[in-house]
Amino acid sequence: MRLCRVVGNVVATVKHPKYHGQPLMVVQPIDGGGRDVGASFLAVDRVQAGPGDHVLVLTEGTGVRQILELGTQVPIRSLIVGIVDHVDAAPEGEQS
Amino acid sequence: MYLGRVIGTVVASRKAQGLAGVKLLLVQPLDDRLQPTGPIQAAADTVQAGPEDLVYLVGSREAALALEPSFVPVDAAIVGIVDQVHTPERAP
Repeated sequence: MRLCRVVGNVVATVKHPKYHGQPLMVVQPIDGGGRDVGASFLAVDRVQAGPGDHVLVLTEGTGVRQILELGTQVPIRSLIVGIVDHVDAAPEGEQS
Repeated sequence: MYLGRVIGTVVASRKAQGLAGVKLLLVQPLDDRLQPTGPIQAAADTVQAGPEDLVYLVGSREAALALEPSFVPVDAAIVGIVDQVHTPERAP
C-alpha cells in the first residue's frame, strides 16, 4: 500500500457501470515526512476521506476487487482503504 | 487510474481476436493540473468519449476488465468522462 495525501476529487457523470456510486479522489504519494513523492493518480474512496487527509491506498487490482465485492470484472485498480492518523518515521538519512 | 485528454481516434481493421468492435482512441495522459505527462497512448473506450473530452482511464490488467469479454489484449481503457477535477491546493 502507498501512503498518500488526498488533493481533490473528480466528478464524472458518464462512467463505466462499476464506477457508479464510487467517489473518485486525486491522491498524491508522500514520504514518511509528508513530502510529495512522484506523480499523483486517481483512487476510489471507501473510507470517506477528504482533501488534506493522509490515507493508505491499495494499488493492486486483485485486492481491490476482493474488498469492493462487485464481482470479478471490476476495472478499478487503486482504492483508499484507510485514513492515517499518525506516522512515525526516522529522519532523512537514518532510515535503513 | 489517471486523467487524460482524447486527442484522436485509431482505426485498425486487422486486430487481435477479441478486439473486434472495440473503439480505440488516442489519449494524452494528464497530471492533476491537467498538464500533459508522459507519452501519448491508445486506449479502449467504454463510455463513448469523443475528441477533446477530458476522461479518466484505468491501466494494466484492470483495463481489460472494463471490456466484455475481458480476456483481451488491452492495457489502457477509458472508463469515465470527467465533468470537473476539484483540486483546491493545486490552484496556481
